Amino acid sequence: MTALLEVLGLTKRFGGVTAVDACSFDVPAGTITALVGPNGSGKTTAFNLITGYTRPDAGSIRFADAPVSRPDPTRLARSGLTRTFQQARTFADLTLVQNLVAALQQPWRAAFRRAVRPPEAARARELLEEFGLAALAQERAGNLSYGQKKLLEFATVLMGEPRLVLLDEPTAGVNPVLVEQIEERIRDLNARGLTFLVVEHNMNLVMRLCDPVVVLDHGMKLAEGRPDEVRSDPRVLDAYLGG
Amino acid sequence: MNRATAAGIVRGGAFAAVGIAFPFVVHAAWIVNIGVLTVMYAALATAWNLFSGYTGYISLGQVAFFGLGAYSLGIAFEHFGIGSGYNPFWALPLVGLGVALASLPIAWIALRTRHMTFAIVTLTLLFIVQQLAFNLRSLTHGSSGLMLPTPSFAIDNYDRPFYLAMLALLLLALGLCRLVLRSKLGLMLLAIREDEEKARGLGVRVTTAKLIAWWLSIAVTAMVGGVWAYYLTFIYPEFAVDPLVMIGAVLMTFLGGRGTLWGPAIGAIVLVPAQQYMLTRLGASQLYLVGYAAVFIVVLLLLPRGILPSLQDALARSRERQRTRRNRIARREAAV
Repeated sequence: MTALLEVLGLTKRFGGVTAVDACSFDVPAGTITALVGPNGSGKTTAFNLITGYTRPDAGSIRFADAPVSRPDPTRLARSGLTRTFQQARTFADLTLVQNLVAALQQPWRAAFRRAVRPPEAARARELLEEFGLAALAQERAGNLSYGQKKLLEFATVLMGEPRLVLLDEPTAGVNPVLVEQIEERIRDLNARGLTFLVVEHNMNLVMRLCDPVVVLDHGMKLAEGRPDEVRSDPRVLDAYLGG
Repeated sequence: MNRATAAGIVRGGAFAAVGIAFPFVVHAAWIVNIGVLTVMYAALATAWNLFSGYTGYISLGQVAFFGLGAYSLGIAFEHFGIGSGYNPFWALPLVGLGVALASLPIAWIALRTRHMTFAIVTLTLLFIVQQLAFNLRSLTHGSSGLMLPTPSFAIDNYDRPFYLAMLALLLLALGLCRLVLRSKLGLMLLAIREDEEKARGLGVRVTTAKLIAWWLSIAVTAMVGGVWAYYLTFIYPEFAVDPLVMIGAVLMTFLGGRGTLWGPAIGAIVLVPAQQYMLTRLGASQLYLVGYAAVFIVVLLLLPRGILPSLQDALARSRERQRTRRNRIARREAAV
């Protein structure tokens, strides 16, 4: 299996703390790869480094067989790598449809075209339908519940037709019914060819959904492999339970 | 064409018609003079809103480019002989385009900062331009001021051409705002205002979007400065780059409703005549400043989000109340 994303020796220090320490791993194309680890193990920092929100002190990434010399969120998103945030982030004052259409990547000559054109609105409604938010299409995003915002954010990143989506704790703070819905969406999209890298604390979900699993601890890669391998790895058990 | 578009065109047309008719109906020079100031501030506030209102980047340096526009026209008079009467007005688009173009590299650097820092960085622009106006004597004549030729308009309706030029700029600013608000660019700007980091992560080219809005906003601002210089026929550094003009435009925008189409113009129409009235009645005692401040306190207490958004909220609430009442009555009747 070829790697869609390769992370090579990524390192980030904040003062004396090394948040991510010479971390290398692959996200094979077509997989749902998990990135797990105890709190403070550097998962979110790794996400920020990969998506260009934070500049690494060392290391590099390759996406779709091309080196990404200076990761920049906009450029990466436009080349097919996008992310969600741990705290669901939406455009509160815009409607759900506007939230989705804002995520369509436009060429500059479209800048003065109508904000939401009918085919774009139709595409947005289709996605909202899939995520069970169709009834709220004209609602302001700020009026949604936290779980609904998570769904909206997930739907939003799909508008740009990405190849790789980084999900930062997609089910944190979400009720069990929504967790199931989100899991189903991930599976469904993955079956249609979308690759995922998921940070998640819900281990049951990770074990059901993800393969391979990458384990971080203190910013370093501790283990990498199939879920059952990782689960029985003594170093992983130690990091989670002991130490 | 949907109903909202039609309503917008009717509203805009009615506003333009009343605006154009005003100096032909009212002849008293002092009232038309207040009209010029009102329309000027409305144009400035609307232009300010086009960038700062839609992106959330509070620029306090807009008036630097108002001053640059004023001096550009003055210098053009002195060195290139751009004629008299109505002719200088035709030089305005060039002034606007030029000043806005020159401001882009500055904006590009300033836009690397955000929030408070951006406000302070842009505020320094105002003082830099003022210092330049004081010190580049060969161009601006420094503190002795730059004299423009007196326009050859009939004394009876001397203010009218300036009023109409300012009004044209206001309509241009409103048209641009409407165009932007309804376009993809507007959607990008609002996304930036709501959560810029998120927008970047979705592939929105945030810097270019901000620069386009900035460019449009500065172009209008500089042209307003040009008309103003021609109107006064005499410009000094202190008045061409006046922090009070900046603060006035910003406050009018907040008063009317930041980020709305009509808010800034409404704010100016309420505030400028009130200010001028108090200036003539209480000017000698500086008490007019107290009155000016009182207007703000009252509005902020009663309409904290600005006139337009607060009224829209109230309207929406009353509609909602009526609907629930109608539904209740309908249900009761159905039960009977």
